[in-house]
Amino acid sequence: MTAPAQWRDLRRHTTARVALGRAGNAVPTEAHLAFQADHAAARDAVHTPLVIADLLATLGRTAQVVQSAAPDRVTFLRRPDLGRRLAPDTMIPPMPGCLAIVIADGLSAIAAQCHACDLIAALGHSGPVLIATQARVALGDDIGARLQARAVLMLIGERPGLSSADSLGAYLTWLPRIGRTDAERNCVSNIRPGGLEIAEAAFRLRWLMERMERVGLTGVGLKDESKTLYPAFDPQHGDGRFVR
Amino acid sequence: MVFRHTLRGTIHRFDDLKSLLAAASPLRSGDQLAGIAAESATARVAAQMALADLPLATFLSEAVIPYETDDVTRLILDTHERAAFSPVAHLTVGGFRDWLLGEADPVSLVALRPGLTPEMVAAVSKLMRLQDLIAVAAKCRVTSAFRNTLGLPGRLSVRLQPNSPTDAPAEIAAATLDGLLLGAGDAVIGINPATDNPDTTHRLLDMLAQVIERYDIPTQSCVLAHVTTTLRCIAAGAPVDLVFQSIGGTQGTNESFGISLALLAEAREAALALGRGTVGTNVMYFETGQGSALSAAAHHGVDQQTIEARAYAVARQFDPLLVNSVVGFIGPEYLYDGKQIIRAGLEDHMCAKLLGLPMGVDVCYTNHAEADQDDMDGLLTLLGVAGVNFVMGVPGADDVMLSYQSTSFHDSLYLRAALGLRPAPEFCAWLDRMGLADATPSVLPAGLTPALIGLA
Repeated sequence: MTAPAQWRDLRRHTTARVALGRAGNAVPTEAHLAFQADHAAARDAVHTPLVIADLLATLGRTAQVVQSAAPDRVTFLRRPDLGRRLAPDTMIPPMPGCLAIVIADGLSAIAAQCHACDLIAALGHSGPVLIATQARVALGDDIGARLQARAVLMLIGERPGLSSADSLGAYLTWLPRIGRTDAERNCVSNIRPGGLEIAEAAFRLRWLMERMERVGLTGVGLKDESKTLYPAFDPQHGDGRFVR
Repeated sequence: MVFRHTLRGTIHRFDDLKSLLAAASPLRSGDQLAGIAAESATARVAAQMALADLPLATFLSEAVIPYETDDVTRLILDTHERAAFSPVAHLTVGGFRDWLLGEADPVSLVALRPGLTPEMVAAVSKLMRLQDLIAVAAKCRVTSAFRNTLGLPGRLSVRLQPNSPTDAPAEIAAATLDGLLLGAGDAVIGINPATDNPDTTHRLLDMLAQVIERYDIPTQSCVLAHVTTTLRCIAAGAPVDLVFQSIGGTQGTNESFGISLALLAEAREAALALGRGTVGTNVMYFETGQGSALSAAAHHGVDQQTIEARAYAVARQFDPLLVNSVVGFIGPEYLYDGKQIIRAGLEDHMCAKLLGLPMGVDVCYTNHAEADQDDMDGLLTLLGVAGVNFVMGVPGADDVMLSYQSTSFHDSLYLRAALGLRPAPEFCAWLDRMGLADATPSVLPAGLTPALIGLA
């Protein structure tokens, strides 16, 4: 690529909002409203509820619907602890030894709504599927423990950024039970068109699940080598600051 | 010690000093999550009244986290200077608020610093409105220096934050050039790496050092990797200007970050030994944020704002060039909305300044917080009036790696113009030399030939 000569040429090199121009000291109207539109999409992704009927129709099969102990969105955002356990009186019939998939709203129901069913189809999964609302990642431990599942795969909406409001995360946990830590899971993140494509995500998850069955664990002990088999994938998004 | 205060016929009881501080803290979601917030609005004011009557010296005899079990408490009490404390030793917390707003002047506040503990400044901040937090902070001037001088009166500096989701050199270079064109980068050019490993960090350090050297920019670079990663880079000969680390206000929080006070001291010595500063020797950069201790399950029932102030005692031990709170980054379970973020940002800034830190603020929010650009404009402007040392500069306010919104290069141009503030003097002179002092040129200046930093 040739070296930039104009300010606006910087845009060729990055997806960041560079070379926006100036209206006095502010950004020009067009750039300002483009930002507002992206923020609005992210806000809507956080607050739009999962449409269960549509999800079941796309899934084309039955799925038990459960909710976390967080009764509403405001409580869910303020009390992550409640989002990690099931609502009182939740009954889940045991299916000992199963591998269950949970479709969860997380912080972007839109991600789950748009991409979870495609991913399940691409995985060729025939075990039980559940749908969980007001859910954090660790809700899968409570669900999996009650199922007596050998493993649970949580497909959950990730915290929306301005560039993507529909990123799905997939968290795989062997022998789920309450108290599992994130170090005991494997994660494939940023699943969406333009991010990690469904086909590639399915490839990596199948690889992880096969390896999980062989070694009998997930997490830091199960090193994800699928990336080198699918070399186009970009590095994991580190946080750089606080672990959450 | 049990505290009681009668307000309008009702007796409010607080079991100990930390419970009193927590109940007196203005409402925020993190204290509610921890189950230590005041039970009612009235109970909160009763706690504030009881706190106002408390002798300031109480904090020297009663620790909120035991001396025996926490090295931050030991650091606070072992380094306290009684002689410096003497001008305010007779005051209550309420009397201290009046003194700070009244007779305290910049000179007396400098002399007072080693006599103040984090708990004293946290306590007095709980009795303050936003205008008090601003007025007192504005009396505090803290300067620091490495390749330029930061924190001088009438100055506002900017950390240029050119993050990339893949640590791609071209992306980082483009964002860096964009920031320089808009007058940002005098506080530091500082990258949060997407992956924390020595090879990536070393590569980014080399690149930033090359940018600063070729363009002859009077500023410093930093790759915000873990301190142990930076130490490995120093050992491998990397050009490290500043050592970065996230820090917290309890021993347990710092352990959750994988650090100790001894490790920070070792890192500072290693950076000092490189002798890369030209006008000063402040070589540390720290980030903090309310909620990190609760997130690490290491808060000991102490409210998040008091623990945040304790992190500043850790920071000041190492003479940093830069310290900032990442106030809205940690999430709505700690600071729920714009109102809570704005107050916390001003609290963090004033408490750090009273303790003598060169304090900046990452004015920011995440998409699941009840906050937006209007809230950030408010906090940014209030911090400018309060005399904040630096803020962040991110292209278009959108950090494409950390997925949150901070302040943009444009935002700092706005604030400088609105309040008549200028960049650090050495950096001002550089902007003049490059012809970037006024409008942003649409054609890139010859002096910033981009091929030099890998954009060809």
